[in-house]
Amino acid sequence: MTHPLAFHDFVVLLVGLEWTILLSAAAFLGSVILGLVVLALRRSRYAVVRMLAFVFIHVLQGTPLLGLLLLMFFGLALFGYDVAAWVAATIGLSVYGSAFLSDIWDGAVRAVPKGQWEASRALGLSSGLRFRLVILPQAFTISIPPTVGFLVQLLKNTSVASITGVVELSRDAQIVSSSTFEFFRVYAAVCGLYFLLCYPLTWYSRRLETSLKKAR
Amino acid sequence: MTYTFRFAPVFNRFDQLMDGLVVTLWVSLAVIFLGLIVGIVGALAMRSRFSLVRGLMQSYVELIRNTPLLAQLFFIYFGLPSLGIKLDSFVAAVIALTVNLGAYTTEIVRGGIDSVPAGQAEAGIALGLRRLQIFFLIILKPAVKTMFPALASQCTLLILGTSLISQLGIPDLFRAASQIDLDTYLSFEVYLVMCAIYVTVVLLFRGACAVIYRLIFAEREPTPLTLIVSPS
Repeated sequence: MTHPLAFHDFVVLLVGLEWTILLSAAAFLGSVILGLVVLALRRSRYAVVRMLAFVFIHVLQGTPLLGLLLLMFFGLALFGYDVAAWVAATIGLSVYGSAFLSDIWDGAVRAVPKGQWEASRALGLSSGLRFRLVILPQAFTISIPPTVGFLVQLLKNTSVASITGVVELSRDAQIVSSSTFEFFRVYAAVCGLYFLLCYPLTWYSRRLETSLKKAR
Repeated sequence: MTYTFRFAPVFNRFDQLMDGLVVTLWVSLAVIFLGLIVGIVGALAMRSRFSLVRGLMQSYVELIRNTPLLAQLFFIYFGLPSLGIKLDSFVAAVIALTVNLGAYTTEIVRGGIDSVPAGQAEAGIALGLRRLQIFFLIILKPAVKTMFPALASQCTLLILGTSLISQLGIPDLFRAASQIDLDTYLSFEVYLVMCAIYVTVVLLFRGACAVIYRLIFAEREPTPLTLIVSPS
């Protein structure tokens, strides 16, 4: 059954947009929490733990997101957790995001000049205080622009969840376009909606980076 | 957990996966080649003396980088026929992936050229070198050195991104896996093996990139094996 494109269809897309935003927010939150855990493991004092975190990051960065989401979806079911598609997608995107965010943050910690470590040691701070009072605040500032940049990547990547059964903007685009046969206009509108979400973040991330460069 | 994993039926169909892998690799290779050309031409266009050309390139880059690859694929494959442009699924996939990769490579190549201090080119002028000589003898090598890791990361993301072309019905590695999934119902096992193949391909690709980098730039320390998710 096809029908001409109507206002109602646009509402369907907007509802999809809402789900895309929710999915992105949940996945970002999950990525930040898991990412911090992976970062802590990567900076562990035990070489074996560091190695495990390293392998985790590189295996995940070499896995296609679509494959990872399906593994989550079917894997959780195998272990007896019959979760909704969006829950599996949120977990999958969080695991995926944690591999990238922990890598970004590790880079930020490394980017703090070596003299800062040495100076804080010379001041007699313990290793915990050194990290908390001197290194972390600086690494945090450095890490903000790429973290916001990664949020854009994550937001775009939520579209992949449409293939694993989550009804968000991309899935609604398929539904609306195949029931109206207005593929061109629907996909143009959908790309426009994604752009409206992503561009302000990209702009903000870039502005943060410029002001950071100026401050140095 | 009472489930027992069964990998044997998946490995019995390993040749199907390999057939899919060949498609994935060919598409990736073609798109990386074309995407690099787009990047070089795009970076030149970004430095054009005409503000209209610069503006168009800027819009292209921003538009592509702020929309999902999946939406771009569907727009080109399903959307363009409404305008009378009917594309074969392979052609549509290669175009969409190239347009996507090209936006990122344009930005990376431009950044690489910009990273060479202006004084270097000025020194070239002072020595009486011609413009092309300055570019090929002075700018090129440090610029490529700067952009190489980012290009390698972007190409890695591209290889993984090709899994989305299965949605256009192209028999790539992902498509082969989902076919085996339909035949055997061993979803978890199939996708696990498939992911392992992707990981292997990506590690080999990154290893090759690291070797090339070392050969060209004779660096003693290897390139860091990290993906750079550049924000800008």
